[in-house]
Amino acid sequence: MAQVRAHRVLPGFGLSMGYTVAYLSLVVLIPLSAVFIRSASLSPDALWAAVTSPRVMASYRLSFGASLLAAAINTVFGFLLAWSLVRYRFPAKRIVDALVDLPFALPTAVAGIALTALYARNGWLGQYLENLGSKLAAALVYLYPGGAWLGPYLEPLSIKVAFTPLGVLVALVFIGLPFVVRTVQPVLDDLDTELEETAASLGARRWQTMRRVVLPTLIPALLTGFALAFARAVGEYGSVIFIAGNLPMVSEITPLIIITKLEQYDYVGATAVAAVMLVVSFVLLFTINGLQSWTDRRVAKVG
Amino acid sequence: MSIEVHGIRKTFGRFVALDAISLEFPTGELIALLGPSGCGKTTLLRIIAGLEFADVGRVLFDGEDAAQRDVRERQVGFVFQHYALFRHMSVFENVAFGLRVKPRKQRPPESFIKRRVYELLDLVQLGWLAHRYPAQLSGGQRQRIALARALAVEPRVLLLDEPFGSLDAKVRKELRQWLRRLHDELHITSIFVTHDQDEAIEVADRVVLMNKGRVEQTGPTQDVYEHPATAFAYSFLGAVNRFPGRVDGGSLRVGDATVPLAECPGVGGGEEVIAFARPHELDIVVNGDAGEGVPASVRRIFISGAVARVELTGDPPSGEAAEPRRFEVEITRERLGQLNLQPGQAVRLTSSRLRVFPVDRQS
Repeated sequence: MAQVRAHRVLPGFGLSMGYTVAYLSLVVLIPLSAVFIRSASLSPDALWAAVTSPRVMASYRLSFGASLLAAAINTVFGFLLAWSLVRYRFPAKRIVDALVDLPFALPTAVAGIALTALYARNGWLGQYLENLGSKLAAALVYLYPGGAWLGPYLEPLSIKVAFTPLGVLVALVFIGLPFVVRTVQPVLDDLDTELEETAASLGARRWQTMRRVVLPTLIPALLTGFALAFARAVGEYGSVIFIAGNLPMVSEITPLIIITKLEQYDYVGATAVAAVMLVVSFVLLFTINGLQSWTDRRVAKVG
Repeated sequence: MSIEVHGIRKTFGRFVALDAISLEFPTGELIALLGPSGCGKTTLLRIIAGLEFADVGRVLFDGEDAAQRDVRERQVGFVFQHYALFRHMSVFENVAFGLRVKPRKQRPPESFIKRRVYELLDLVQLGWLAHRYPAQLSGGQRQRIALARALAVEPRVLLLDEPFGSLDAKVRKELRQWLRRLHDELHITSIFVTHDQDEAIEVADRVVLMNKGRVEQTGPTQDVYEHPATAFAYSFLGAVNRFPGRVDGGSLRVGDATVPLAECPGVGGGEEVIAFARPHELDIVVNGDAGEGVPASVRRIFISGAVARVELTGDPPSGEAAEPRRFEVEITRERLGQLNLQPGQAVRLTSSRLRVFPVDRQS
């Protein structure tokens, strides 16, 4: 019996697969495994101690917490931005569209310095936020003198951005914005307005159309944007260190801990912390991707 | 419900999509808006639906002005050419959509929704697909689901925008017969847009023929087909042969040839006109007198069913470098046998049923 060789319609599977694996190993897997091999030279106890010291733990909470929050904020507002860019015509739309990409292009240190200058105690915005309470109280008395009794309650209101965890969040929101806009925009572009018109003709109000028709089709894209913004935020260093103030236990991010350890020639400790970051990031991204392909499959059932 | 539109005008930038459209759509009829692409028929349908608003003019539903009413409140069922099914919902949920989004006080209980959806799915004969997703359906099935979904909210009028436009020929034919039967069952006032005259003739009670943003002719389907009022109507409503020429007494002069006219045209002698004949209204003469009938030569003969179709080439219009005229004649197989035509043979075309229209400078 002659054996029939199976032919694929698309040729070159062997070659492209081999290339993919080799490239991925060289560029991603080998450097990453070095992190684990390096940190494995510590004894388990010492390793555990290095990655769970209170200061390091506080930095995990800040890094992952602020990154998740920033990605969530960016998902909401990135969606709104994408919506405006796709659905409406307004003057200077192209300029707005180009502005979205700026956080990609700006060297992160520049972004960090600019944000710090804005939000520092004597910065443009910082000085108003710092004394928000007294400014509000003054405005209240000016507009409505009878409200003066509220003054003492408003007085203590003060928002400090620079050199606090809030500053970290602001920087991460800034650098993560383009990811959501750029993933949602093309999907929204493809979304037929006929779907919304159909929903309206069936009696759906605007928000019902949004919730039942538009958002479900956008969820995969929103999740992708969220994942990208989150990944970028976790790894962000340059823009954060300027505005964070880097107070141990308060506003110190994990990448900074790693740098600090490196500067103290604690290479093994640095890689150990890096390994923890990698594992947590991987698990989180893997979960998001799983969620995304699940929703994707539900949506794609339709063609 | 009856629909009237009065003096509708709609422009997009400088382009006039609709100009002074006034029409009545009587209750319970199935009406076709027929016309070539770009004639404004879809725009008119969207204005009736409330998806688009006219610059000038009124839309009356049962005599009541609908201008202030949003598409949500007009109770129209709208079906798109590309179905516009909700991809992330099962067929069941698609059909149930209109019931589920009703304000809480009017929203029917789950048991009612279920019963109603299955009723509708049975009506479109697709009950067995309830739990599939739109991607798993064929084009014809999707369109029937889209129709069931539109019917779920008990619309007062059904508007269909090229409903069979993206289906293949066989499914299209089945589906339009089915739509006709469905309409006979439901008697809901329905307007559908099409550019296919066969579709309009087969399905509709009445036809509104449109061209370049204006109504060209309107009336019962058979009437419009049998008595086209304008040159455009004649040539749009079926295959035609065109004979540009001049009226000369009781006959038409085409180049050097003459063709006798049966009816006296309402056109003065010597005026430039265009005469039309359908393929079955022409006859082929093999050894005619010189000058009697339009000269042409046989190019191709093919037989389908009881008729034979003969394609012929005429002389190019005099004074123009245009390509030679093409004619198409339908004769019985019997007649074909008598004529014993051969490709390349010189013959003459005559007709006793030429319809003459004055030349429309614009077309």
